[in-house]
Amino acid sequence: MGTLKDKCCVTGVGETAYTRGCDKSPTALQMEASLAAIADAGLSPKDIDGVIPFFSGSAVAEDFITNFGIEDLRYSVTAPMGGASCVAAIQSAVAAITAGIASNVLLPLGRTGYSGTRAPARVSTFPQFRIVSEFEMPYGAVAPVQLYAPMARRHMEIYGTTSQQFAEISVTTRNHAILNGNAVMTKPITIQDHQTSRMISDPFRLFDCSVESDGGAAIVISSADHARDMRHKPVYIMGVAEGHPDSPSAITQRPDLTVLGLAKASPRAFKMADVGLDAIDVAQIYDCFTYTVLCQLEDMGFCAKGEGGDFVEDGALGLDGRLPTNTHGGLLSQSHMAGMNHIVELTRQLRGDAGSAQVLNAEVGLVTGYGDMGDGSIAIMRR
Amino acid sequence: MMKEPIVNRLLPQPTEDSQPFWEALKAHRLDLQTCGDCGAVRHYPRPVCPTCYSMSVTWTTAVGRGIVHSWTISHQAFHPAFQDCLPIILVTVDLEEGVRMNCRLDGADPKDIKIGLPVDVAFEDVNDDVTLPVFRPRNDPADT
Repeated sequence: MGTLKDKCCVTGVGETAYTRGCDKSPTALQMEASLAAIADAGLSPKDIDGVIPFFSGSAVAEDFITNFGIEDLRYSVTAPMGGASCVAAIQSAVAAITAGIASNVLLPLGRTGYSGTRAPARVSTFPQFRIVSEFEMPYGAVAPVQLYAPMARRHMEIYGTTSQQFAEISVTTRNHAILNGNAVMTKPITIQDHQTSRMISDPFRLFDCSVESDGGAAIVISSADHARDMRHKPVYIMGVAEGHPDSPSAITQRPDLTVLGLAKASPRAFKMADVGLDAIDVAQIYDCFTYTVLCQLEDMGFCAKGEGGDFVEDGALGLDGRLPTNTHGGLLSQSHMAGMNHIVELTRQLRGDAGSAQVLNAEVGLVTGYGDMGDGSIAIMRR
Repeated sequence: MMKEPIVNRLLPQPTEDSQPFWEALKAHRLDLQTCGDCGAVRHYPRPVCPTCYSMSVTWTTAVGRGIVHSWTISHQAFHPAFQDCLPIILVTVDLEEGVRMNCRLDGADPKDIKIGLPVDVAFEDVNDDVTLPVFRPRNDPADT
């Protein structure tokens, strides 16, 4: 059995403007971002022969065939893992390309998360939320913020993690968004601003939560053999994996509420990549909530379980910190594009195209996904 | 304290697997799905025992006692039906039978809530067809 290491590259990235307020359809936003990614790769839309639509988006494979005039789409699947879907889709794309099924696989995402259906109404329709819908939503626990808060609360009471430590993540991420130029939240905030923002679902305050937004993002993945002759310097996918937590249908039954599926995926991805944590120059970590970042840092082993609060203090996640993280402003401040914007940003960092948020000499980086009731995914990439 | 619960809200849609759970609640019993072969108690209801893969199902009536495993207090309603119920205290409860439930906690002062708080089940008759299990702080905390 061969390895997927370095067999494929991210060859194109594209984004629309990110807004809160939009008169475009989610399908149009996906097409706009996809066309930008395809052009960035130096390809024609007809060159796309694989597509992995976001599992709950409005656009399906048929839409891409219809809009792009694709004559022979060879590969189409979805990865229904909530916010872990986009990075999990990288694994599927790399496997399909390496097996010779497709050559250029498009991963599109577009949504009107602000102008259209909001998260509580979205997730209640997901099949993965069936158990939660039947047994937990009748009490009013309908939004991710309410379902995830007990994980954070447990972490705080067991390990002494504080809301101020969550605030460190919030403030650092906002600082990065201000540098980005395409972010919906660009007003500077302080720890104090976080501490006085209104409580949504204890312990999560407003500034612990990501921003529902409108927009689209997309990437193109191609074989490494082709990528070397394409428009940009290739960004190699060194390792990739998905991981499902214990009790994936309900956080409630998980033996340890503070461990996510990423804890299973991360060692697999690092083994495939054949590098250690110390090789990581920049990280894009799924940040639907501040705590989610802290927990994933632990689950990947950047610190021991329970030490994530200490790890993120003193600007550790800033551009000059020990692990520059979410250099685009993340879901917390740039835009909630379900993490597709994280993959775009990692690619830009490794190309050296990240503008004023560029991490100097970024050679190797990682991107994670987190979704549903704790699903995880991770990709490790290099320039 | 909780205001009167309103009935126009998200209600469970029982499945073939969970129907006995909801039926028992109408009789104010908290019944937990139990493997008919190895006896392992499981929640939430599902067709297969993850311990021995048996599809034989029985039901065990829980004593209704537990302790808080984690919690949140929601200050925002994400469905209009809960607008008048704020704040909502949601607790993840370790039942004595070894499984957990995520339920509303009634009759508690938010500042008293912490991991380890002893709680007892209570029953909220939402309408003729639906009874929800809820929890209340145990009257005599020494009774653990």
